[in-house]
Amino acid sequence: MRLEVFVQGVGVLGPGICDWPDAAAMLAGRKAYEPQPTLLPSPALLPPTERRRTGRVVKLAIAIASEAVGNAGAAPEHLRSVFTSSGGDGHNCHEICQALASKSREISPTRFSNSVHNASAGYWSIATGTTLTSTVLCAFDASFCAGLLESLMQVCVEGEPVLLVAYDTEYPAPLHSKRPLPDAFGIALVLTPSRDDRSLARIEAALDTQEADVMRDSRLEALRRSVPAARALPLIRQLALVEPGRVILDYLDVCSVAVDVTPCC
Amino acid sequence: MKPPRAVRPAVVRAFTATSCIGRGLEPTFAALLDERSGLKACGFETVTLDTQVGEVPGVDDQSLPAELRRFDCRNNRLAELALRQDGFEEAIEQAARRWGPRRLGVFVGTSTSGILQTELAYRRRNPVSGELPPDFDYGATHNSFSVADYLRRRLGLEGPAVVVSCACASSAKVFASARRMLEADLIDAALIGGVDSLCLTTLYGFHSLQLCSTTPCRPFDVARDGISIGEAAAFALLERVSDGTAGDDVLLLGVGESNDAYHMSAPHPEGRGAMLAMQLALSDAGLEPSDIDYINLHGTGTPSNDRSESQAVTSVFGTAIPCSSTKGATGHTLGAAGALEAVIGALALRRGLMPAGVNTRQVDPALSAHYLTRSRTGPLARVLSNSFGFGGTNCSLILGRAG
Repeated sequence: MRLEVFVQGVGVLGPGICDWPDAAAMLAGRKAYEPQPTLLPSPALLPPTERRRTGRVVKLAIAIASEAVGNAGAAPEHLRSVFTSSGGDGHNCHEICQALASKSREISPTRFSNSVHNASAGYWSIATGTTLTSTVLCAFDASFCAGLLESLMQVCVEGEPVLLVAYDTEYPAPLHSKRPLPDAFGIALVLTPSRDDRSLARIEAALDTQEADVMRDSRLEALRRSVPAARALPLIRQLALVEPGRVILDYLDVCSVAVDVTPCC
Repeated sequence: MKPPRAVRPAVVRAFTATSCIGRGLEPTFAALLDERSGLKACGFETVTLDTQVGEVPGVDDQSLPAELRRFDCRNNRLAELALRQDGFEEAIEQAARRWGPRRLGVFVGTSTSGILQTELAYRRRNPVSGELPPDFDYGATHNSFSVADYLRRRLGLEGPAVVVSCACASSAKVFASARRMLEADLIDAALIGGVDSLCLTTLYGFHSLQLCSTTPCRPFDVARDGISIGEAAAFALLERVSDGTAGDDVLLLGVGESNDAYHMSAPHPEGRGAMLAMQLALSDAGLEPSDIDYINLHGTGTPSNDRSESQAVTSVFGTAIPCSSTKGATGHTLGAAGALEAVIGALALRRGLMPAGVNTRQVDPALSAHYLTRSRTGPLARVLSNSFGFGGTNCSLILGRAG
């Protein structure tokens, strides 16, 4: 089966990157990339009671998912979703582990509910009212391509449009020294089985064994290397260039993913 | 709902399960047939909660191969222990020889992975700097992917690998992901399963939500008052039906996945998402509700889960279909529950058993589902297994006999 899909919308947020047009300008070389701490918007999509309970990971996931769906002109309730993250909510995890190491061992019910890896997907479905399935993945440093492959399977095998949301946030100390992710970064893509007038590009993927592409800009390359979700950067750079080309993305130690990108305009 | 597509079922070539009711299929079957529970008063680690747990004896006696020592944690020890039962390791090795290691995918469900390792490391922080101990390895133990990474290295597999972590539906959903990748011909075989082990996060976490019972859990009982947490590892080898089946094989006929879109930790009161998952599984399999002989319920034993699930089951299947939850026997094994209960479903088909829901003395008259309090034997053609989780995630699987 050919793993061929159409990209309808992109969402990006990260250190010094505020959205997809901003990212596209930097990736295409029209603007210099200047890393700044990631600014995460409050998830306006959620009712205030739920909004208060969300941490950085949910804010990030909802922000990029909303941007991609908006750019695609898609209705979120008609999209299945694939969420992929190398770690989930590090701050929440730290608070729980700290409480469990204390004498009382009391942890807050909200912290516990938010500790599940699928918290972002849960809040997304509550916010958008979608009852279509969400699959939530982790493959450590390989999480982006694991999510991309799962999304391609759902689009190509099930014939349904899919929202892919790949995101990582940092762990605070002391876990930070064991898992040194520098800041929050995420990318979301709306992928569909057929082309329409909103399609940005056709992409076709296959498992490969070549070395992954690197970013020419040293600071973007540092981002690609330090955050698993940023392993998508060569792919969105090709989308930003609006030129046909093949990119090789880092996946597992023994394999990579090759993606052929063909712009639709 | 869309008309059913042309479905190609997958074949479950080999399977195994290890939980508090036994290591491997024989003791598991014997416990189910004899209506025995493996739940005991919690003596896990230093936990002081008044609750019952389904602890697998001897997990910490299981060592990992020396070259994979950095993966050492309770979750991977449990995975290793389960891998050694029922000739499962040999079945994977045989599949790897037949197809080549690059054509074997690994899909494992877990909710908490090896987080116990981090919980323990937080007790050993440097009193001055606050640093974690140098022997603590986050990526190989705590991280959700650790168990899939361990299995692929342990078995020398080089195909796609991933962990699905959708709370208590995690290892039901791996069946869907693996089947899609088989259908897309990206792989020829998949090691799928679920591994979740006892840890303080879930014991104290469910306690904080007041969802743990002090007695062994009693799903569907009129006096049910919460869950008992268990641990398990269950695995299956999934291949395409077009590559051949034997009479004793079990088929994965259908999968249904949905979201409640309602609440993070409470089920939809009328079981909206659960109903949708069961309907999607039936339509995926091209089956009618009357084609299903038995339902292995999610049946956690909380008042709200069992109420909404009973409502969802009866609105799709009516009130006559026999159903039960095996969580009274095994405890709620969280991220491993989907795979454990799929294996129980496969065993039920192969041996002709509808296992009783143990511990349940008086079925709640407000629940109209036909809940089995005694095990029944006799041939079964198709079973459905439900798994629901936090975040409102739902997955239903339909398994059937090949011959």
